[in-house]
Amino acid sequence: MNKILPSILVLALLAGLPLLSLPEYLLHLLITAFLLGLACTGWAMMGRFGQVSFGHGAFTGIGAYGMAMMWNLYGVSPWIGIPISVVLAAAAGALLGWPCFRLRVVGHYFALVTLAAGEIVRIFVTAAREITGGSLGMTPHLAPEAAFSAMQFSKSGFWWITLGAWAIGILVWHLQNRSMSAQALSAISEDEDAAASIGIRVAWEKLKVTVVSAALAALAGALMAQYRLYLNPETSAGLGISLQIVFGAIAGGMYGPLGPTIGALFTIGLEEVLRVFFGTGLIGAAPLIYGLLLVLFVLFMPRGLMGLFESRRHLGPGKSSSTKTPQRVGT
Amino acid sequence: MNIFDPFLIEALINGILLGGVFALPVLGLNLVFGVVDVVWLCYAELVMVGMYIVWYLYNQMGWPLWMAFAVCLPCLAVLGVLLHVLVVRPLLTAPPINQVLATGGVLFVLQGGATLVFSTEFRSLGVDMPPMEVWEVFISGTKLSAFIAALVGAALLWLFLKYTYVGTAIRAIARDREVMPLMGVDPRRIYLIASAIGGSLAGLAACLLLVQLDVHPFVGLSFGPITFMICVMGGLGNMLGGFLAAFLMGVIISVGGFWGTTEWSYVFAFLFFIIMMFVRPRGLFAR
Repeated sequence: MNKILPSILVLALLAGLPLLSLPEYLLHLLITAFLLGLACTGWAMMGRFGQVSFGHGAFTGIGAYGMAMMWNLYGVSPWIGIPISVVLAAAAGALLGWPCFRLRVVGHYFALVTLAAGEIVRIFVTAAREITGGSLGMTPHLAPEAAFSAMQFSKSGFWWITLGAWAIGILVWHLQNRSMSAQALSAISEDEDAAASIGIRVAWEKLKVTVVSAALAALAGALMAQYRLYLNPETSAGLGISLQIVFGAIAGGMYGPLGPTIGALFTIGLEEVLRVFFGTGLIGAAPLIYGLLLVLFVLFMPRGLMGLFESRRHLGPGKSSSTKTPQRVGT
Repeated sequence: MNIFDPFLIEALINGILLGGVFALPVLGLNLVFGVVDVVWLCYAELVMVGMYIVWYLYNQMGWPLWMAFAVCLPCLAVLGVLLHVLVVRPLLTAPPINQVLATGGVLFVLQGGATLVFSTEFRSLGVDMPPMEVWEVFISGTKLSAFIAALVGAALLWLFLKYTYVGTAIRAIARDREVMPLMGVDPRRIYLIASAIGGSLAGLAACLLLVQLDVHPFVGLSFGPITFMICVMGGLGNMLGGFLAAFLMGVIISVGGFWGTTEWSYVFAFLFFIIMMFVRPRGLFAR
C-alpha cells in the first residue's frame, strides 16, 4: 500500500513531460514505447507463468482494425470503438483459449496455435481488402472539426491518453500479482496435474489471465493505430508484432511490473539508434543486431534488464526456480 | 457443379504437389523436435539461406545447377550444427520458452543478414520446365520434379532411420530420452547428427522451393508459419503424421484457392488447423 504515493508521483512527473517543451520526436518515441510497453505488460502476465503466446499480434490487430472499421464505416467514435474492440479481442482470446486449456494444449503446441491465430488475423485483414485496404493499409478518416470525439490529438494530448492506458496496464498487473490467481498460475506453471489435484481450476485460471492479457494487447494495438492514424496488416497484426511484444517483455524482464515497459523502451530506443546510426544505406543491420541481442538476452540474461537490479526473491518460475522437469503426458 | 471439372482436378493435383514441398521442412522440423525437443523457429529462414546459396552459385558464379544443389545441402547441414552448438545446446536445460525465443532471435539475424548481403530484391533462378498435359489437366513440370525429389528425399530419410544403427538410435531417443543414455547412446552426438540432418533437409527444401519461388529475405514468412502448423497438426515429433498432414494442408490450400483467392484459402487452412487442434490436440495421427 505504501507504494501508492510514489506511483502517483511518478505518473504525475511523466504526465508533466510535455510541459517541458520536449522535442516532438522524443515525445513520439515515448508514446510508441509506452504503448508497446502496455502490450508487453499484458503479454508478461501470461508469459511469466509459462504460457507463451506467439499470437498477441492477433489481439493488437483485432483492437486496431475493430476500432478503425467502426470509425470509418459507421462513424463510431474511438472512445466507444476502442472499448468495444477491446472486448472483441478479449472474446477472441477466450474463444481461442478455452478449448486450448480444456484440451490441455500446452507448451510448444499452445505457442504454435496462438501463432496460427495471429497469422489468421493478418491474412484475414489482407484478404478482406475491399474494406480494410489489404496490405496497402488504411487510414482512419480525419475529422479536424471534431478532434476530441475522433480522438485525434496533438502529441502531448496523446501522451496523456497513452499514460492513462499504460497506468491501467500496470494497475492490472499489480492486481493480478496480489491475487490468488497469481499463486494458482504459479502452481500451474510448475505442474498442472499437481495444481489440479489441490483444487485449482486450471483451465479457468488460464482463461482469466488470457482474456485480460488479450484485452491489454488490444488496447495497445488500437491506441497505436489511432496514434499513427495508419493501419497495416504487417505492423498491426501477425507474427512480426507478436515477436516484437515477446522480445520487449523478455528484454526488460517479465517478473516485475516495470520490466516489460523497460524492455519496450529498450527495443524502441534500440530500433531508433540503429535506424539513425545505419540509416537506409545498410537496411538489414538493425534486425541483425536486434536478433543477435535477443539471442544473447535469452542465453545470458533470461531475467532481462530488470534482472540486473532485482533480488533473488520473486514470484513465478524463473531461471533459479524452474529447471526443466521431465513431464509425461498421457499414459 | 461437376466434380470432374479439369480445373478442380488440376487444383487437387497441385495441392498434392504443394504438399510434397511442404513435407520436407516438416520432416526436418519434426526430426529436430522429436530428437532434441526444441522447435527451430527459424527453420524457414534456414531454407531461405539455402535458396540464396543455390541462387548465388548458379546465377552469379555460373555453376551448373546440380553442383549448386550438391553444395547447398552440406552447407545447410553445417548451419544446422552451428545453430545447435551455439544457440540450442546452452539452453537445453532452460525452460522451453527460452529455446523457442532464442531461435526466434536467429530468425531476425538471418533475415537481417540476408537483407544486408543480398538487399530486398526478389531473385529468381530462371529455370523452368514445360508443363505436361494429361487429358485436359496441365501439370507444371517444375512442380512435378520438385515433388518427386521431395518424395525421394523423404524415402531416403525413412531408409536411414529404419535401417542404420544411428537411425535406430535417433528413433529410440525420440521415444525416451531418459533411458537411451543408459543404453550407451551418446545423446550429444545424436543431437548433432539430428541437427545436421534437419539442416540438410532444409537445404533440400530450399533447392526444391527455389525452382518455383523467387527468393527474398522475407520469403521464410510465406511458408514458415504453415510449416509449423502442419507439424503441430501431424503431432510434433511424429514424422509420418507430419508427412500426411503436409499433403492434407497442400490440398486444402490449393483447392481453397480454386474457389476463392489464395489468401482466403490460407485463412481457411489456418482455421482448419485451429479446429483440428481442438479435435485432436496431440495431432491428427496421435497414437
